[in-house]
Amino acid sequence: MDAIFLQILNGLDKGGAYALIALGLTLAFGTLGVVNFAHGALFMLGAFCTVGFNKILTLEKVALDPTKMTAWGTPLEVRTPYVETWFGDFGAFLVDYSVPVSLIVVIPLMLLVGIAMERGLIRHFYKRPHADQILVTFGLAIVLQELIKHYFGANPIPQSVPEIVSGSANIGSWFGLGDSLVYPWWRLVYFGFSAVVIFSVFAFLKFTTFGMVVRAGMFDREQVSMLGINIEKRFTIVFGLAAVVAGVAGAMYTPILPPDYHIGMEFLVLSFVVVVVGGMGSLGGAVTAGFLLGILQSFSSMNEIKSILPGIDQIIIYLVAVVVLLAMPRGLMGRKGVMED
Amino acid sequence: MSINDFKLDRRLLMKSGLIGGAALATPMHFIKDAHAEDFCNMPKGKSVTLGFNVPQTGAYADEGADELRAFKLAVKHLNGEGDGGMINTFKPSSLKGNGILGKKVEFVTGDTQTKSDAARASAKRMIEKDGAIMISGGSSSGVAIAVQGLCQEAGVIFMAGLTHSNDTTGKDKRANGFRHFFNTHMSGAALGPVLEKEYGKDRKAYHLTADYTWGWSQEKSMRQATESRGWKTVAAVKTPVGAGDFSQYITPVLNSGADVLILNHYGKDMVNSLTQAVQFGLRDKQVNGKNFEIVVPLFSRLMAQGAGDAIKGIFGSTNWNWSLKDAASQAFVKSFGAEYGAPPSMAAHTCYVQTLLYANACEMGGTFSPTGVVKSLEGFKFDGLGNGPTEYRAEDHQCFKDVLVVQGNEKPTSKFDLLSVVEVTPRSKVEYDAKMLGGSLGPVNAKPC
Amino acid sequence: MNQGSLFKDLMLFLVFAGVVLAAPVLLAPLGANYPDLLQKFAIFGIFAIGFNILFGLTGYLSFGHAAFLGVGSYASVWVFKLLSMNVIPAVIFSVIVSGLFAFLIGFVSLRRSGIYFSILTLAFAQMSYNLAYSVLTPITNGETGLQIRQLAPSDRAADYVLNLRDEDLRILDQAFGVVEHGIPITNLFGIKMSGYPGFYFCAVLLILAFGLSILIARSNFGMMLKAIKSNQNRLSYTGINTRPYLIAAFVISGMFAGLSGSLLAVTDPLAGAERMQWTASGEVVLMTILGGAGTLVGPVLGATLIKFFENIFSAINDNVLQGVYSFLPDGLREAAVAVSGLFVGSGWHLTLGLLFMIIVIFLPGGLMQGFELITGRFKRKAKAETPSQQSKQPAE
Repeated sequence: MDAIFLQILNGLDKGGAYALIALGLTLAFGTLGVVNFAHGALFMLGAFCTVGFNKILTLEKVALDPTKMTAWGTPLEVRTPYVETWFGDFGAFLVDYSVPVSLIVVIPLMLLVGIAMERGLIRHFYKRPHADQILVTFGLAIVLQELIKHYFGANPIPQSVPEIVSGSANIGSWFGLGDSLVYPWWRLVYFGFSAVVIFSVFAFLKFTTFGMVVRAGMFDREQVSMLGINIEKRFTIVFGLAAVVAGVAGAMYTPILPPDYHIGMEFLVLSFVVVVVGGMGSLGGAVTAGFLLGILQSFSSMNEIKSILPGIDQIIIYLVAVVVLLAMPRGLMGRKGVMED
Repeated sequence: MSINDFKLDRRLLMKSGLIGGAALATPMHFIKDAHAEDFCNMPKGKSVTLGFNVPQTGAYADEGADELRAFKLAVKHLNGEGDGGMINTFKPSSLKGNGILGKKVEFVTGDTQTKSDAARASAKRMIEKDGAIMISGGSSSGVAIAVQGLCQEAGVIFMAGLTHSNDTTGKDKRANGFRHFFNTHMSGAALGPVLEKEYGKDRKAYHLTADYTWGWSQEKSMRQATESRGWKTVAAVKTPVGAGDFSQYITPVLNSGADVLILNHYGKDMVNSLTQAVQFGLRDKQVNGKNFEIVVPLFSRLMAQGAGDAIKGIFGSTNWNWSLKDAASQAFVKSFGAEYGAPPSMAAHTCYVQTLLYANACEMGGTFSPTGVVKSLEGFKFDGLGNGPTEYRAEDHQCFKDVLVVQGNEKPTSKFDLLSVVEVTPRSKVEYDAKMLGGSLGPVNAKPC
Repeated sequence: MNQGSLFKDLMLFLVFAGVVLAAPVLLAPLGANYPDLLQKFAIFGIFAIGFNILFGLTGYLSFGHAAFLGVGSYASVWVFKLLSMNVIPAVIFSVIVSGLFAFLIGFVSLRRSGIYFSILTLAFAQMSYNLAYSVLTPITNGETGLQIRQLAPSDRAADYVLNLRDEDLRILDQAFGVVEHGIPITNLFGIKMSGYPGFYFCAVLLILAFGLSILIARSNFGMMLKAIKSNQNRLSYTGINTRPYLIAAFVISGMFAGLSGSLLAVTDPLAGAERMQWTASGEVVLMTILGGAGTLVGPVLGATLIKFFENIFSAINDNVLQGVYSFLPDGLREAAVAVSGLFVGSGWHLTLGLLFMIIVIFLPGGLMQGFELITGRFKRKAKAETPSQQSKQPAE
């Protein structure tokens, strides 16, 4: 029983991450019609904004201690972080909370990146064939990746969670299920965070005039333009929004998965699968598919199931994708006519 | 030697002259050299070319970069530049510091991408285009086995880099290939006694195993080593390579009744699964009245950096660590650190040592011929390369030496000081019969290419 | 008109054949004239040509074509292990097996179009890859890759106690009394298939594949495929069932992929699962688009360019750069080496990424368009012809 409950939690947590990544992609892909192979790179950039933020916070004053030597005969370096020398306890607090606090940096930076990307590149590709969009965004993804590799190296860089949420929550006791049901606080935080972001994006598109115009524009760009509304400008912002969603998803994920420059590519295929299973042009579909795949993946990894179907956990995502797409022509909630030709 | 070498040599003119139907009918013309060649890529000029094939892109790029640093340092030392590093401690040594057999050592590099196909393509380029006579490097067993097979076919020597699978010198061993690194069997044999001493006889272990050949082999070795000491194996679960998030495999551990988790993962999988296992509070748990423990059979300092604080107090094994205090290790660390400002990783160490051993074997036999090199290396006993007395066993071309058991440092004094050596398991404890792992070396290939 | 285009096609074919056969000389100035890379050019050229038959003509973007390449490789190595080291049975068997595999996947995937089709093919290929890497290890030898081994001792073969992954049979070779020392290499009736002979074998098949792709593009079948690309709905309204044509194109394209997979095994008998990974499928997509989707020569150019970067640029290290800039004074040389070093060696991905972007931004039709721009300008100067005709014709 506990095992199943825990796998549901795992599934929700994973699903939250998948949904968040897919949400950003579907904004650019399902609504603007751009096959954005650089979406994984945006996720990666978000993660490295956090890494960079932490690096800056932990910049150290290097003093040489000539009395001690390293094994290769140079004086030993004594390092003290600047933040702590300048701000004392507050500095230490900042370092401790560097992952969540970094969102202050991640959001504006990713918005800028997204807008720059749309203005500088994507805009010129709206009317080009999807093949060209793939090539140019894939090229961009590689370039971004290599730049990060050049500055941060190829190894994963660990990020720690704030001390207060570093342990596990005793979930069992909340529901009266006994003490054996525990779950890491940070994963619960991540789940809650993804729920908030998803809800905000929906609310933004649903209840603001801006959102309404964008939704109308997705439906019929010419018509909206004829009404004298500058739909282009709004699309730029939607793309920026997609970049922010991808970026914060990556930033908050760093304590769970120490990021390296390649992390975006690992999520790229998955995010496309989630978006398409959800159905093109449907935000709700992407989110639903994210949670569905997350939960199914968790369950398929249980020993009981793997002993009957060996290797099922390796292929479950793709198997579900095949079944869904064959049973439902446009995925779970796809709109007619979006990217079908 | 390089892409900017535009000259058309006689060999090429011959080839081009023969293009057409006649040439197709008699293709042997293409591969016969104008000069007589006793063996593939026999050095004819004043230099000899070695091929260093390391991952430069992908997950192991940092490890590859460190290997490349070590290779460059080895070449420097062989050519008599720099402080000589471990050449000064290596014995019995025939190295003279004037290159190999009087020829200056040059090298070419390539990117394995940690993919068998790319690694073989890169090695082939070194052999076919650059005239490399020995290939070394690599950071995974799949690549090592693939390149070893290629070198056997081509008739050059392969000095394996980082490869830990039993198969490299077991089922897939080749006469032209040599491995200095240790293997999963030795890891298990070395860890067994330490785990028994630290955690007792009555333990229940849960294995998470990367679902490919190395993972399976590591799991098998660990089970042998622990079960023979009274431990029980509660479950052994295979996880997909590159799973990223391992939560769905970790939660079942929580209530399985196991009190030890053994992570048969390497590289990024190890970083991720270890980080997450610690987040799930496994190390704070009490099970069966004992502290819950995590074991990582193969530890790499370079990769362990990625796991941050999670590695503190965790046991594993390693081929070499820069904190060793013997004269050879210190000489190497000094030389490497002075050159690059950081201590070498175990991958760097093994690559440096392999280059020296190859050069020494050429000097011993007085020839570059693979037959001579293999003869000199087989059964070669040496000391002063950082692992104490070591032997290249003739039966399977595997090095036998003491194995280090290490533990993640609780209080690291620098970002390099992550592991401390807790035990040096003597060679006799980790040795096994060469027949145990199967396979056969086959004949040495020393034919012209 | 028809006569004229026939003549043009013939000329194109002959020039192509000449260039391919002379590649060892033509590519010498680029340092790319060694057997392995030449083989790769030819093999991936075939792969891209085959992919282009599907994508270029019908517009259906398969994102799982590497699966057929992988299946072709495995099938070939199994033939080498069980029947004979002669490459002919292996090549034929691989093409058939990958054709069947393509039929199964195509039959299911072609029920959908557009992005849904792409994701279906991607899903099938990823499942193949993941299973080949782990659960199917008895057939694929997993991460290590399927390899040719020494013959099983005859006494054990008789007892049927052998592990076919680690011990080979080669029934045909044995029947013909071939004697083996150690691990044998592939051959074409005695001609060994590594090195230059291997390249010429691949080159001949590349030329044949290219000829076949011209024939397909010019045939009624090809016309139908192009019609599907331009407007599938209209075809459906006229009562034509497009599915059989699409399936046929998919299978042909899969067989080309199988052929190239087989040739990979012929020139280098080791088949690994990573050949089926999505990155490998993505690579052929990039090759085709880079060269010019829908053009005849473009995909081969794209394949050549990407393989060139992978093998040559990744091999340039600081030592080589020092040599290149040796004419510069010391300080300047160090700076030049440092800057160039970002783009070569471990930075070769960066160059490739930039190249993708530059080409697609400035040449929407891929390399072929650049080619036409140059020749077009040249001809315009000579004949003052209208450019519109120029750009239309060779693109088919």
